[in-house]
Amino acid sequence: MSAAGAALGPAFAPEAEPAEATGSRPESLWADAWKRLRRNRAAVASMVFLTALGLLSLLAPWVPGLADPTLQDLRLGATAPTAAHWFGTDELGRDTLARVIYGGRISLMVGLVATLVSLIIGVSWGAIAGYRGGKIDELMMRIVDVLYSLPYIFLVILLLVFFSRSILMLFVALGLVQWLTMARIVRGQVLSLKHQTFVESARALGASDAAIIFRHIVPNTLGPVIVFTTLTVPAVILQEAFLSFLGLGVQPPDASWGTLVSDGARMLALFPWLVIFPGVALSATLLCFNFLGDGLRDALDPHDRRDVA
Amino acid sequence: MTTFLIRRLLLIIPTLWVIGTLTFFMMRFAPGGPFLAERDIPAAAKEQLERQYGLDRPLHEQYLKFLANSVRLDFGPSYKYPARQVTEIIFEALPVSLELGAWALLLAVLIGVPIGVIAAVRQNTGADFAAMAAALAGVSVPNFVLGPILVLGLSLSLFVFPPALWSGPQSRVLPVLTLSTAYIAYIARLTRGGMLEVLRQDYIRTARAKGLSEFTVVAKHALKLGILPVVSYRGPAAARVVMGSIVVESIFAVPGLGQHLVRGAFNRDYTLVLGVVLFYALFLMLLNLLVDISYTRLDPRVELA
Repeated sequence: MSAAGAALGPAFAPEAEPAEATGSRPESLWADAWKRLRRNRAAVASMVFLTALGLLSLLAPWVPGLADPTLQDLRLGATAPTAAHWFGTDELGRDTLARVIYGGRISLMVGLVATLVSLIIGVSWGAIAGYRGGKIDELMMRIVDVLYSLPYIFLVILLLVFFSRSILMLFVALGLVQWLTMARIVRGQVLSLKHQTFVESARALGASDAAIIFRHIVPNTLGPVIVFTTLTVPAVILQEAFLSFLGLGVQPPDASWGTLVSDGARMLALFPWLVIFPGVALSATLLCFNFLGDGLRDALDPHDRRDVA
Repeated sequence: MTTFLIRRLLLIIPTLWVIGTLTFFMMRFAPGGPFLAERDIPAAAKEQLERQYGLDRPLHEQYLKFLANSVRLDFGPSYKYPARQVTEIIFEALPVSLELGAWALLLAVLIGVPIGVIAAVRQNTGADFAAMAAALAGVSVPNFVLGPILVLGLSLSLFVFPPALWSGPQSRVLPVLTLSTAYIAYIARLTRGGMLEVLRQDYIRTARAKGLSEFTVVAKHALKLGILPVVSYRGPAAARVVMGSIVVESIFAVPGLGQHLVRGAFNRDYTLVLGVVLFYALFLMLLNLLVDISYTRLDPRVELA
């Protein structure tokens, strides 16, 4: 273990106040973690890939030479990859490359938005439960336990089949479950933080409960929260793709990667490129998020570090 | 221990009740109905059908009847296949799903645990990095991508295994492989983590100091505790195998329970969906209980209260 890491002891010691630490104190946990992360080649490559993918998705309408993903060319039909259509075209003559990039827009958006929703609910829920303690804590965490025990995937399937297969419903369904683990993680962190002296001094200075929770405690739980968030994004993208594969997710004319794989799988024997390209895009994205999450965990959590002998 | 068992078994009842009730009302309040899907049927015939299934009764009466029947494991005839009882359909499909899931989990443990142990013992070597990179890739490739690609490679190009159907041992290979890959990978990661933790402990040093062979130290002393993360993962794993089997069953046309859930939902086959959901839920809860019990067998420090 490096000297800086050892000096910090428990990862989320109060002196690691992130807001000020990032720039001014190079010895801080965050600078240390950043240094570790940069040394992890797989994580850096993943960051580069994900940034490129994010930019490409964001700027897709303005990328020169990229076809309109809904433009049909029935004379063309399904053709294997050519110089004009790198990823080939589907049975309606739509450009697969464009479909994959626009599909990524939807998959990434679903992943990020649903994660953000779960982040906000989970962090608030966990922080309040942990800080308040006692009866309130017990009640709030019991609710989490009960929701945890539901085989929610069935309920999500039924919800989507019976009511509406809109993208909004998808957010609700996916966000509904992801916050549970986040709430548990944050609560655990808060429980161990709330008796520390910096919290007591904030209270002595007359800070309100809300200010203590969200200004002083929550920033100190950021490490595990960042790691878990990074791992939640691919989990959500995967679930959206799973639901889309069953025909329950994103509805035409919109298409996520899951929809594309599902459509492609139906014509697997004839037009294999229709399943291979979106499938590889989806897998590569999930892999990069997982690599990044792993790298962040190694960088931020001293217990799991590779260099601990 | 006995009180723990009784309490957990009793807890299953209200949970099933909540799930059943949620599902029941979700279906009753959903727009559309079981007899709208097909061509227009005469009003008289529709009335007749609704009377036959008790759908003309007031809602609370239907609900109470559903509860009473569920207790007796009687969900009535399927809406879609009126000649067949839901229970009959479930008991026909259940063994298929169980077989698929059991093979997948068995394979996952048999391959995943040794990989994880080797990676932990050779920590920070090329073998470790390679195994963990492969494991992360295994976790990341979704089964509905892996399935078609395996079909493409092994059955449509090489003609080794049938691309679909469920008859004969050869037809098991692709579905089981598709379903188990993610768990092989995940279990390898968990095993590595657990073993790394354990290999650092004093009792391992003692075992080595006693002059035991490295194999005995790792396989007999360390593995017993190092495998705990895998044991506790079995509960969530089973839940995810169920989710995965829905996909795998639909890719490979396996006549299991997952197929009935999805098709039943699309067909608005209310009785079938209710039966399948309750069965799945019961199954998952019993499995989780089993996991908790096996936990105490492996780790004497854990006490069930």
